[in-house]
Amino acid sequence: MTAIRPGATAQAPVPHDDTALVSVRGLQTYYAIRGSFLDRLVGREAGRVKAVDDVSFDLRKGEVLGLVGESGSGKTTLGRTLLGLVPATAGSVRFEGREIVGLPERELRRLRRRMQIVFQDPHASLNPAMTLEQAVGHPLRIHGVATTRAEVRSRVAEALERVGLAPAEQFLDKYPSDLSGGQKQRAVIARAVILGPVLLVADEPVSMLDMSVRAKILELMLALKRDLDLTYLYITHDLATAKFFCDRIAIMYLGRIVEIGPSEAIYDDPKHPYTKALLRAIPEPDPQRSVPRDIPRGEVPDAACPPLGCRFHPRCPQAFELCGWEARDLRDLLERRWAGVSEAEYEAERALVAELGVLDSPALHARLQVRKGARPEELAEALAAIRSSDPDEPFWTGVRSVQPLADGVEMTWHEPLAPRPLEVGRVRVECHLYDQEALRRAGKLRAGERTPSPAS
Amino acid sequence: MPVLSLRNLRVYYGTGGAPVRAVDGVDLDIEAGQVVGLVGESGCGKSTLGRGILGLLPEGARADGQVLYGGRNLVELPARELRALRGPELGLIFQEPMTRLNPLLRIEQHFAETLRQHEPKLDERDIRRRSLETLGRMGIPPTRFRQYPHEFSGGMRQRIMIALALVLRPKLLVADEPTTALDVIVEAQILRILADLKENFGTALLLITHNLGIVAESCDRVAVMYAGRIVEEGRARDVFAEPAHPYTRELLRSTISLDTTELHSIPGAPPNLIDPPRGCRFHPRCPDAMRVCAAQQPLQLQPAPDRRVECWLHGPVPEAFEGAREPLARGPIAVAEEA
Repeated sequence: MTAIRPGATAQAPVPHDDTALVSVRGLQTYYAIRGSFLDRLVGREAGRVKAVDDVSFDLRKGEVLGLVGESGSGKTTLGRTLLGLVPATAGSVRFEGREIVGLPERELRRLRRRMQIVFQDPHASLNPAMTLEQAVGHPLRIHGVATTRAEVRSRVAEALERVGLAPAEQFLDKYPSDLSGGQKQRAVIARAVILGPVLLVADEPVSMLDMSVRAKILELMLALKRDLDLTYLYITHDLATAKFFCDRIAIMYLGRIVEIGPSEAIYDDPKHPYTKALLRAIPEPDPQRSVPRDIPRGEVPDAACPPLGCRFHPRCPQAFELCGWEARDLRDLLERRWAGVSEAEYEAERALVAELGVLDSPALHARLQVRKGARPEELAEALAAIRSSDPDEPFWTGVRSVQPLADGVEMTWHEPLAPRPLEVGRVRVECHLYDQEALRRAGKLRAGERTPSPAS
Repeated sequence: MPVLSLRNLRVYYGTGGAPVRAVDGVDLDIEAGQVVGLVGESGCGKSTLGRGILGLLPEGARADGQVLYGGRNLVELPARELRALRGPELGLIFQEPMTRLNPLLRIEQHFAETLRQHEPKLDERDIRRRSLETLGRMGIPPTRFRQYPHEFSGGMRQRIMIALALVLRPKLLVADEPTTALDVIVEAQILRILADLKENFGTALLLITHNLGIVAESCDRVAVMYAGRIVEEGRARDVFAEPAHPYTRELLRSTISLDTTELHSIPGAPPNLIDPPRGCRFHPRCPDAMRVCAAQQPLQLQPAPDRRVECWLHGPVPEAFEGAREPLARGPIAVAEEA
């Protein structure tokens, strides 16, 4: 099998922007996968999930940056890494010009007075045994900002009034169970702003709330930003609230920022096929629209073993030769086909292949063995028939050769190209569709394919 | 001829003292093959209504009124007969598919068990064929038939749940927030499947959701529920183009979509259903409330063809009520009552 280094990008390092509040360069956050007992005993790693894999961006003071992606995109991990809640594996995060990757916990703690986080689930973010006065006042005590009961109480009252839990006297002695979801989220926000932070990471702050309450919380956050001079990193899967709320948007997919730019540019003229798909998929309360049919197939794959080349290629309708087609994509293709054909057709095709497991790991080269009794030519013919039944399927652009062997069929794929960040118009996008070099190389491959035709 | 009709359906939860009137006098028809959306905020009784139809109410809940299906009133049906209807006639899909699949059973076994229980005449071959065909239409390949639930992604599990409900070919499927736990692209994939149920299976669908965007894109009709009652019902296209009830209008305005240029919210929160407000239940939050709204329950009216609404704005007010149409005077809603 061909050795491949997925996602290896050799970019020239872009220097930090020290005028930015937060400047992130080449950030990686990997989680070790817990393997078997034996693995742990001998200290062997079962593998690593690249939750954040080489991410760079700047967050300017006073800005709202939306970090948008589906579950498993790494957006939450990225937010936590910025605050030092999760250790970075590599790369750099500068906060107010100061490197925070590798800082000891004691130093980070001090910094957290200036950077705070609001989590998604307000019901889980408040200790049910603490009154609001205790919960919202907790950071004051932890950081030794206010120590006397009276001082804490008056600071908490001020914070509660600020987030709309007024009159505060009615709320100070309440427990979380006395509050509605929206009120709880207000209390969580009060706790986050009570130390006077400059940066607030808001991780899905409204997605657990009813539609009619979301607007109220977003309005509150906008008012706080104005009054307290805050900068937000707004983490969400919801492009609709992000459009309203954010100055800039970063779209994340499987650990990478695939597109980043000003909100208007992202919404008016999205570049990455993934961004386009996300926008198309949002249900709009417009009765003239119906559920779109052209939505990407499949789901976000496992980040422990991401697709080769561009990580979105298996789902991308516009993917071509160099996007990273490989063995696992053949298995997906066969399974998609088998879901749609009759049982008899499935049985007939399945009976040709001995073992599908050879298509389970990333490889540019696969040997499909035929089952006993079947001839390799039959399998090659079946593959050709599958191809001609759907010739526009982008997978086939990536296939370099299909050769019958003595006991099966050998398939190879083109060497993939890892997408690199490109400045296109007002956005930065990682997609080969905008890479002249990639397009030129793909064009050559296409031209090359035509030469050995039977006629010549 | 509707496949299911609700007539004055009530579901009360006893809480020691006064009952919670979660569903309080609901009329609704679902025609064969139709997709009907049921929308409203949390706590308006949507899920209770869905469960009430199927007789799946928790301990301590009482239902009365009529759930008419196939000439029978399901509310009065003995538990055993109702159980026989659930599955082959009336199916249900929930929000969190993982909790509804048995982690120790292969997908194959889930299907075999379901089919054997309800269609004992099927042989192994038929069971396999029916299961694979239904799964295939949901995009689950036969190669995965013998896998366990944990080997599937969230979207796949929901597809399996839908297939498990459809393999018995029910006439009506009740789906309670089926896509809420899913990401937006997978949500769109599942909605596509649900919107195509009619063509592929001839099944009618009651789709319970808080997301008006979903209703607009995938439903033929919409019923808007507030505080235990259906306050507006009609063709989805018409209702969204021209909402008649102020609650529908305000819900639409507060939905944040790509076209949102200004945030809007409904003041206050849905009422406590032990003691709902007098008159129209929405009047304390209604920007258009009139004096009559706080005093008398509005009648059901037909402001447009094929539409019904419960709102005083659309019909004559009682003559004896002096100043009935004058704006309702009231203090601001205390923040303490805000959601």
